[in-house]
Amino acid sequence: MAAVPRLSLHVPEPTVRPGGRPDFSHVGVAPAGEARRPPVDVDPAEIRDLAFSLIRVLDEKGDAVGPWAAALTPQQLRQGLRDMLLTRAYDARMVLSQRQGKTSFYIQCLGEEAIACAHRKALEPGDMCFPTYRQQGLLIAAGWPLVDMMCSVFSNEKDRLKGRQLAGLYSAKEAGFFSVSGNLGTQYPQAVGWAMASAIAGDTRIASAWIGDGSTAESDFHAALVFASVYRPPVILNVVNNQWAISSYQGIAGGESTKFAARAHGFGLPSLRVDGNDYLAVYAVSCWAEERARANLGPTLIEWITYRAGAHSTSDDPSKYRPKDEGAAWPLGDPVERLKLHLIRRGEWSEERDRQMRAEVDAEVLEAAREAESYGTLHEGPKPSSASMFEDVYKEMPRHLREQRQQLGV
Amino acid sequence: MARLSMVEAIRDALDCKMAEDTRVVVFGEDVGYFGGVFRCTEGLQRKYGRSRCFDAPINESGIVGVAIGMGVYGLRPVAEIQFADYFYPAYDQIVSEAARLRYRSGGEFSAPIVVRMPCGGGIYGGQTHSQSPEALLTHVCGIKTVIPSNPHDAKGLLIAAIEDDDPVIVLEPKRLYNGPFSGHPDQPSVAWSKHPLGEVPAGRYVVPLGKAAVRREGRAVTVLCYGTMVHVAEAAASETGVDAEILDLRSLIPLDVDAIQASVEKTGRCVIVHEATLTSGFGAELAAQVMERCFYALEAPILRVAGWDTPYPHAEEWDYFPGPERVGRALLEALEA
Repeated sequence: MAAVPRLSLHVPEPTVRPGGRPDFSHVGVAPAGEARRPPVDVDPAEIRDLAFSLIRVLDEKGDAVGPWAAALTPQQLRQGLRDMLLTRAYDARMVLSQRQGKTSFYIQCLGEEAIACAHRKALEPGDMCFPTYRQQGLLIAAGWPLVDMMCSVFSNEKDRLKGRQLAGLYSAKEAGFFSVSGNLGTQYPQAVGWAMASAIAGDTRIASAWIGDGSTAESDFHAALVFASVYRPPVILNVVNNQWAISSYQGIAGGESTKFAARAHGFGLPSLRVDGNDYLAVYAVSCWAEERARANLGPTLIEWITYRAGAHSTSDDPSKYRPKDEGAAWPLGDPVERLKLHLIRRGEWSEERDRQMRAEVDAEVLEAAREAESYGTLHEGPKPSSASMFEDVYKEMPRHLREQRQQLGV
Repeated sequence: MARLSMVEAIRDALDCKMAEDTRVVVFGEDVGYFGGVFRCTEGLQRKYGRSRCFDAPINESGIVGVAIGMGVYGLRPVAEIQFADYFYPAYDQIVSEAARLRYRSGGEFSAPIVVRMPCGGGIYGGQTHSQSPEALLTHVCGIKTVIPSNPHDAKGLLIAAIEDDDPVIVLEPKRLYNGPFSGHPDQPSVAWSKHPLGEVPAGRYVVPLGKAAVRREGRAVTVLCYGTMVHVAEAAASETGVDAEILDLRSLIPLDVDAIQASVEKTGRCVIVHEATLTSGFGAELAAQVMERCFYALEAPILRVAGWDTPYPHAEEWDYFPGPERVGRALLEALEA
């Protein structure tokens, strides 16, 4: 009898761990301007290659090149730079606040600012984003007050979420920002449902769904794509691939032998893979997907390639599982520096103005933090009332909760 | 007044709400063209169009997930899970999302959805078409759970559920869809047209969530039950001659503790009956409520009659199902104490 080889299990592992030399060969960095820009009503079958290429606009010199180079005014670009700088300064302050014990936990989006900040500019008032905990840039680019966000981070008396949520799980209906769950992936089918409702109602508003590379493994991601492909509602399906899901790399989420963008192909959906650290590319591709959705042409999946430059959260230490110098080797650079270089190339910016803007946003964040802290922080100062703990479980407080509130004596 | 089956009453409720409120949309597996495997949505797609009544992919998590999104948008989605036994993939969307959305967003967002699920046994459905998962739902704060025992209540509770601003789970005992069931599988089936609670008023009316109904007045012992077990308890009382007071809870959360307290204080004895498995079942909550509220009125230990703590069997269905004989024995035992 012929010998049958014994089976073995394949467990993906990144090519590099701490101590090794960073390797980003899998990113497949293509020259800026190379990827074509199809018409928005293109047959998804004709653009399958765009799930494997990389749409980029800003080249190494800082010039905007190719068919995706959007006509953004210098003022819009400066505003984009400011949104990203403000997001970064806000994050830095909140990480510091966590270290000072003013909140229990924080999640920054360092290095990923362009995605949320530029995407937000492609949406209209009334559109609804269903974000994860790393899209604070959506709020900041929408001009939402920092003080309000900080009050939620500090769980103080002015926290509109009444101290119930961990830091960063904002909710801001007016800003088109759906309540962040903290459970991963659940918002994806909800966004599809919201978009279906908009279509059922004959509305003009669209939804934008957000998920990370790691959470594309969740059943809810696939459920959402099934419903999106069946009913073709006006929804943008964003996948932020920041290379890491806490300590597990994208191979564990399922991206070792294909691209996350290609997940859409089995569902017959158009899909684009995009340089997420390129503010102009993010804006242009978001506008393309937005136009498709608004024109009732259905969903678009976009994989944004970026790098989680910081820790997963304040509870995480990435030096335990990835090389310390990995961020410096990231081939798509820093979104802030790239946009700054572009503005300078266009003669619309200078080092001096840049320094000024950074000082301005730092001052703005500091002032907001002072005000927010005056309303209390997690362990000091005014807090939401204990009685409010029993509110909003139901629209009207039922009898058993009234009785339990009385037992607590509040 | 028209006599309707429970299926027709449910359809009538949906029809009534879809006619008066364009925000109401109905969807689920086989719900559109075909009208649902139990026919509860028959004709609604023809009448209201495909965008208001449609088929859904076989993906319960997706069904409830998109329903939540629709509710957030401002619609009033009524989703059907084909069998309650299939709702577990949607449990995360129900528990972590629908139930907590209002709370976690400080009241900014909510999910006014209805999820209908046929539940319970008595149809030779085996372990995948017979379960009674109500305790998995009543344990979750932020949702309401109701379970009608007849066509009149099915319509009124469903309309109340659709109009409610919180997520409501409507468990529909499928053994009752076409007629009341005493728990004697060998007896000829009875149609709702022969039962007074098959009388269903035309148009809109509500059975308020949180209100129990006394189905049989009595002085000897209180029976707390719901769904199919209401009819089984009635049969047990009549067959044993025990003067039982049968309370049909109708709504599990919110629970009508006043009705429970009033009845148990009157009779001094309490038997709790449900189809679901015994351990950690909703009967345990009911027993605790009775202990906390009526201990000094009790003259006998509280008894529970429930499904055995096994998966729901197929061929052994009638040894598993808590029928009138087991319930009758409990009634007599409660009186002996």
